[in-house]
Amino acid sequence: MQNTKEKVTASDVVIEKDKTAKGEKYNKYVKDMTPTHNIFKNILNAFLVGGIICTIGQGLINLYASWGAGEELSASYGTLSLVFLSVVLTGLNIYPKIAKFGGAGSLVPITGFANSVAAPAVEFKKEGQVFGIGCKIFTIAGPVILYGIFSSWVLGLIYYILLQLGVV
Amino acid sequence: MLMDYIKAFLVGGAICAVVQILLDKTKLLPGRVMVILVCLGSLLGAIGIYEPFTKWAGAGASVPLTGFGNVLFKGIKKALTEEGFIGLFKGGFTSSAVGISAALIFSYIASLIFSPKMKD
Amino acid sequence: MEDKKSNKMAGKQSILFANPPVIIAGSSVVGKKEGEGPLASFFDQIEEDPMFGGTSWEDAESRLMKRAAELSIEKSGFRQEDIRYLVGGDLLGQLIATSFGIADLEIPIFGVYGACSTMGESMALGAILVDGGYADKVLAVTSSHFAGAEKQFRFPLAYGNQRPLATTWTVTGSGAVVIGSGDMGEETAGKNNKNGVVKIKGVTVGKIVDYGVKDSLNMGACMAPAAYTTISQNLKDLNVLPDYYDRIITGDLGYVGKDILIDLLKQDGYDISSNHMDCGIEIFDRNTQDTHSGGSGCGCSAVTFTGYIMQKLTRKEWKRVLFVPTGALHSTVSFNEGNPVPGIAHGIMVEAC
Repeated sequence: MQNTKEKVTASDVVIEKDKTAKGEKYNKYVKDMTPTHNIFKNILNAFLVGGIICTIGQGLINLYASWGAGEELSASYGTLSLVFLSVVLTGLNIYPKIAKFGGAGSLVPITGFANSVAAPAVEFKKEGQVFGIGCKIFTIAGPVILYGIFSSWVLGLIYYILLQLGVV
Repeated sequence: MLMDYIKAFLVGGAICAVVQILLDKTKLLPGRVMVILVCLGSLLGAIGIYEPFTKWAGAGASVPLTGFGNVLFKGIKKALTEEGFIGLFKGGFTSSAVGISAALIFSYIASLIFSPKMKD
Repeated sequence: MEDKKSNKMAGKQSILFANPPVIIAGSSVVGKKEGEGPLASFFDQIEEDPMFGGTSWEDAESRLMKRAAELSIEKSGFRQEDIRYLVGGDLLGQLIATSFGIADLEIPIFGVYGACSTMGESMALGAILVDGGYADKVLAVTSSHFAGAEKQFRFPLAYGNQRPLATTWTVTGSGAVVIGSGDMGEETAGKNNKNGVVKIKGVTVGKIVDYGVKDSLNMGACMAPAAYTTISQNLKDLNVLPDYYDRIITGDLGYVGKDILIDLLKQDGYDISSNHMDCGIEIFDRNTQDTHSGGSGCGCSAVTFTGYIMQKLTRKEWKRVLFVPTGALHSTVSFNEGNPVPGIAHGIMVEAC
């Protein structure tokens, strides 16, 4: 449709009587009125921060490998180290500053996952060990664990069936 | 060796840059994006793409959450091959144990040490 | 005495008081960031400690509100026990900042919720109680705290995220006013303030307005239609034009909401571009304080009113102001269930006498 491209004006919103259509028009109008961050700057920052975190990860893995750890073991120690660093930086209130600059660059790496566990743990300690930290520690990371486990289970099941059928 | 770092930087950075576009162009909240990444990684692992990709890009592919998803499927596949059906219920947690345990344990300790702080 | 019952209703949604209640005193207590903003010199107290001496964010907000309430009573020259009723509310859970904050004051209370428009609702009800003869002195109070609001509505503070440009920054602050009946109030307020007294001429009670915005990070857009509806109705009810007021001051629309409001009102033939002001825009400097679209929260309009606007009125720099605190009726439950964020706005007509 052509008129979806057209700019919606305040008058279109005000004169529209149908509630759903009014909502749609208003949302379009709001989108035009709302400023957004400079996307190219954001992408560049995300690229830099994400790249640096992964490079640090690579450095750690190489370091552990040079100490004689095998491929899997050095990867595990790499993960462990990154998670540790992220939790410390979260506690010191530095990670949110990195995230403010880096956006997805700090969200996507495993350090973002660790930050999402540590932040509620610290924030909700006032509400107690069990119902505060205990429950709330999973508020952001819980869905990641649940859907990660579930989706890999479903895929594993499909793989298992194909295996039984002799397809793979 | 230097190539390792360059690849990690470029690939890891590129994945983050793509996700930044997703964040800015849609109204997806960070929590949802994390879920999408893990599920996507698991899927790419299952169809056999992510593992060779990790071999090539190293930390650039394994550190992002897609790598976490890949590890989950890898664990299930390994457990299935070694132990059969029960592996479906073991492999995921086994392979992701270090990441999840570390995050939980360190975070709990952090909650004992640190107090909530105001943003400035 | 004449029958005052028949002549207080104005138009469809407004009240014009028969014997306009007087704001005897107002107080404003704010946090550090607000104290670094452009309005710093207008506030009574600036507290550096974000915990306000408490142990949690909720406790901090309670202490903050108690301080503002006590300060306004002190400034009014009355004692705690002289205050007949208290009308107040906040953003946290079941108004926990209010209930735990003012419990010690032992003043009979009406707890109200109007999201960030709560100051408007509290003042409106307080003035109605006073003009109706149900009370001679009423305290209207509200508060908000950045950290408590983030924790409840958004993310834990140490969680790393980027705030879009349309987001606002919840003001850490509490404002309170003591509203007194016309004659007594005028005398007392006159004593406290040599220049002039501020009267509440009337109110326009707002409707819940929902234009279907589902973006909880763009509150200005959620609330602008409510502010538009209330302001437009006020002008119609009184049969006046926007220049009847020296200023029309909304609560926390921010830069995004302000543009939308002015645009929407133009459709009704009202141009408020020259005399509109927004508390959220005034309270922070967006260039140096990184607050993006402006300030928000119950405390935003409350402290801007009790600090800045009251002073402008008592100094007679402004004569007549329409004060319109705006609220986004945002709940994480309704939001997760896919509902939009409706808005509400109440108009308070204040005049310098």
